[in-house]
Amino acid sequence: MKLPRWFHRFGSPPYVYALAGTLGPWIGGIAVVLIAAGTFGGLVLAPPDYLQGDSFRIIYIHVPSAYISMMAYVILAVAAAIGFIWRLKLAHAVAVSIAPIGASFTFLALATGAIWGKPTWGTFWQWTDPRMMFELLLLFLYLGYMALRAAFEDRDKADRVSAILGVVGVVNVPIIHYSVIWWNSLHQGPTISRLDGPTITMDMLVPLLIMIVGFTFCFAWLLLSRLQGEIVEREHAARWLRELVAESRG
Amino acid sequence: MDIFLTIMGRDLKLAYRRWSEFANPLLFFVIVASLFPLALSPGQALLQSIGTGVLWVAALLSSLLALEGLFRGDFEDGSMEQILLSPAPFGTVVIAKIAAHWIVSGIPLIVLVPVVALSFQLPGEALATLAAALLLATPTLSVLSAIGAALTVSLKSGGSIIGLLILPLCSPMLIFGTRATDMAANGEPVAAPLYLLAALAVFAISLGPLAVAAALRVGLE
Repeated sequence: MKLPRWFHRFGSPPYVYALAGTLGPWIGGIAVVLIAAGTFGGLVLAPPDYLQGDSFRIIYIHVPSAYISMMAYVILAVAAAIGFIWRLKLAHAVAVSIAPIGASFTFLALATGAIWGKPTWGTFWQWTDPRMMFELLLLFLYLGYMALRAAFEDRDKADRVSAILGVVGVVNVPIIHYSVIWWNSLHQGPTISRLDGPTITMDMLVPLLIMIVGFTFCFAWLLLSRLQGEIVEREHAARWLRELVAESRG
Repeated sequence: MDIFLTIMGRDLKLAYRRWSEFANPLLFFVIVASLFPLALSPGQALLQSIGTGVLWVAALLSSLLALEGLFRGDFEDGSMEQILLSPAPFGTVVIAKIAAHWIVSGIPLIVLVPVVALSFQLPGEALATLAAALLLATPTLSVLSAIGAALTVSLKSGGSIIGLLILPLCSPMLIFGTRATDMAANGEPVAAPLYLLAALAVFAISLGPLAVAAALRVGLE
């Protein structure tokens, strides 16, 4: 089977480096515009919640980061699997670049959840909330992945071993997700319902959707710039890179 | 099947000759479980209510101690390389090694934990459930341990990292195991969490060895 030419190009570091350089500013620009619009809509246009007042507005950061935290792990695992199966170095580079971004968004989701928890539940941390527990475990998965990578000196080996961990992790993520949910429902403890009361109105929902799309673009932007850095690190001895540096120096 | 039995028999024999390596984690479990009552304010009601969780977490931590030696010895003396080069299917070998590890580290826990549970005043009905839950949970634990041990086998000191890798993945087991024990203590039906534990075990045993074999291959490269 003959693969189209554009497919092969994604295995070439100089091509991907240049592509990331071209796309990065555009994607970043879209992210800035969308996040600015979503922030304006969320903080100014959306009405205050009848129950929680203005404190609900942290949802515009909290929900998008929680969503990115999960999506990033899936992308990480898919990239790692591609790298492992077809021995594509660039796919490994993508997986490596995602890990710290995903961990940061997970941390952001946890932190905003805790800040939100204070006025709503009266406590920063609720050990009985399944979603918080899940995010915490997801953060541990990211940190474990990064710790395993850091333990290997040989980059090639680190790539392949951590790819296996990434795939094992992503198989486990749904199991962990449902077990923490069932953990609470099996046990007739106090249940916390949030946002379950009145259905969310359009004025509140539209900025949230804009923020989610904006965060996705922001994630892509961060990923592209980290990927560029990762490529430079991996290819530091390559000729195309030296030529590029010489060119930019004039 | 021959290969399975040969490898398992060999590993059991090795374990028998170095029995202290597998006795230490059990001792560790007993010590951790007995430190909790010392650390908490003395009161029977409190111990009874947290007993299940303490026992499960202590069992989980003690199993971390046992897993270092799972592949390390074979890796360092070169026998793992020989096994990989031999025509024996590597997946079978991995399953045999995991089974041997379960026999020497899982089964003693199934016996020991309910005994220690007696000292935490767990009601009699809960003890049988606790043993059943352990019987279903320890195979999963052995598979996850094997994944952790295989991922870190080529590192000089993998010990500190394995916990980071394995413990988050153990959380579903911990949840259903403690839930089953607690529900039995309250006289509720325990089928649901036990079925879930069984499902986890089947899932881990069928897919886990693939990951272990892949990780060992990378480690040997």
